[in-house]
Amino acid sequence: MNKVRASVLMRHEVGLHARPSVKLTKLAKAFESRIDLGLSPDGPWVDAKSIVKVMATKAPKDSTIYFRAEGTDAKDALDALVTLVDGDFQDGR
Amino acid sequence: MDDRTHRAARRIEGRSAAPGIALGPLVCLASVKHDARPCGSAAEEHQALVDALAASKADLGVLAREAGEADAEAILSFQIALLEDDHLAAPAFALIASGEAANQAWSAAIDPEIASYDGADDPYFRARASDLRDLRDRVLRHLAGETDQVVPAGTIVAADDMPPSMFLATDWQDGGLVLRRGSPSSHVAILARSRGVPMVVGVDVDRLENGRDALLDGGAGLLVVDPDTDMRATYCLRRAEQSQVRQAVASFSGPALTATGELVRVMINVTGLAELNDLDPAHVDGIGLMRTEFLFQGREKLPTEEEQYQIYKRMVEWAAGRPVTIRTLDAGGDKPIAGLTQPGDLNPFLGVRGVRLSLRHLDVFREQLRALARAAVAGNLKVMIPMVTVPEELDQCRALLEQAVEDLRREGREAQMPPLGMMVEVPAAALTIEDFKADFFSIGSNDLIQYVAAASRDEPQLADLARPSRAVFGLIGHVVKYADGAGRETSLCGDLAGEPAQVAALLDQGLRTFSVAPGALGPVKAAIARYAGSAA
Repeated sequence: MNKVRASVLMRHEVGLHARPSVKLTKLAKAFESRIDLGLSPDGPWVDAKSIVKVMATKAPKDSTIYFRAEGTDAKDALDALVTLVDGDFQDGR
Repeated sequence: MDDRTHRAARRIEGRSAAPGIALGPLVCLASVKHDARPCGSAAEEHQALVDALAASKADLGVLAREAGEADAEAILSFQIALLEDDHLAAPAFALIASGEAANQAWSAAIDPEIASYDGADDPYFRARASDLRDLRDRVLRHLAGETDQVVPAGTIVAADDMPPSMFLATDWQDGGLVLRRGSPSSHVAILARSRGVPMVVGVDVDRLENGRDALLDGGAGLLVVDPDTDMRATYCLRRAEQSQVRQAVASFSGPALTATGELVRVMINVTGLAELNDLDPAHVDGIGLMRTEFLFQGREKLPTEEEQYQIYKRMVEWAAGRPVTIRTLDAGGDKPIAGLTQPGDLNPFLGVRGVRLSLRHLDVFREQLRALARAAVAGNLKVMIPMVTVPEELDQCRALLEQAVEDLRREGREAQMPPLGMMVEVPAAALTIEDFKADFFSIGSNDLIQYVAAASRDEPQLADLARPSRAVFGLIGHVVKYADGAGRETSLCGDLAGEPAQVAALLDQGLRTFSVAPGALGPVKAAIARYAGSAA
């Protein structure tokens, strides 16, 4: 099993709110690896597949989002998540 | 005179949340009580919650599919995602295992989540508490074996508050909505406006009685219970006009020609994408005025460049090559925006509004110009600046727009310099129109009239003064004549353009482009067809 870490600056205007969180957790669920999300490099960590937990971080604009993942597709998962956050969640669909 | 079977009409004033007229019986929705259910064994309670969660998810799925609209979909997809998250119900299942009833366990699990959103600093996160409440109550209704309260069509619904999911599940054909809570900027009000459902907020609904006859004037913020015969007749007529006008849009297709065969362009005024849903672009000559204020109102944060870009782009795509004139933020005056306009403006109509405000909030203005420059790549987009008084203001806007195009290209993004025009609504601008380096002009008759007459259009006592006078038509004629000579286009996008009785007078002034509310398309095209040339 490989463990991977990544971080990305979130520029979304209203922070990690409902629509971005829905997109983020949906994407995370598409991977088998266990994926955690935190607002600092040392956690605390929450399950990135849980919208309840992700929204509860109430991450504001300009937060850096940290990910750590463990599993067969860990690297792909974090690449995809970082691309999503970096691309401002393709807001407006 | 007063025969006892008729009660005196009772007028109740609230705040307007969505315009329109509705007539019908009052249906008062009681707050739902969910605690009347017997508690079974732990296994039964577990299953009851599993079933209620599944049923709620099914409800929301159906609503989301039917809603279709972006706003509605976004609100519902968040609730669905919450239901799909095992973390939400996990504490409830733990409580059930220790002997708690399913409904109490569910409330105990979700109430702390609601409280945590209620206590958030950020207004956006705070507003999500209502989504969670909506979800909590839906599951509780299923646990109590209650179905959604079904409201018959054609009624005026009165309630303390209404969650968006219920609004979306209701058939509002010919109906209206009255709430105690909520505000014109609540989610439900936004949905009501985009769907043409008359709505009034701030009404003491406890004093209302189920089944009484009522009429609702959403635009005036007025509810009348037991209206008298005259009132009913007046409003029946107004409602009939409303639906006639709405139908006329659909029936009046094709280009507008005068009786002598001269082509006149008739475009529409819009506030967002929702209004375009029912409209065939083939029936209009383009969008003459897109008011972007609505994108900024009724929300906790100003829209981002990306959000604006997506909306502008979709409008341009809808128009399929026809022009789409987008007016930059025209806030201030009668259109305040939290955090942007100045609340203490002594005389808002003569204060910091329109371009005056934009040039003082360059961060917001630049984002809008960037979004517009990007969307201009997608089709025939034009940018229009409101409340221009002196040429320097327009010059500044042009420089900012050029800068935005340059910046975007340097960032490797596609951008294009769209035609830049101005509203003509300040008399000073109309009188010196030849000084302005505008690519096109659009006359804003509402403001022009009140500035020319020094009479507010909102003051009923001055209705005789705040009219399209000879002075106003003189200015319009002056602008049209200059623009024609200079090879630039002039349109008129104020309410005046949508009044069939004024169409001939405007055509007399040489005006050949009208921009009207979608509802006025039919009547205005009909008035144009009757025009046989200048009476003079």
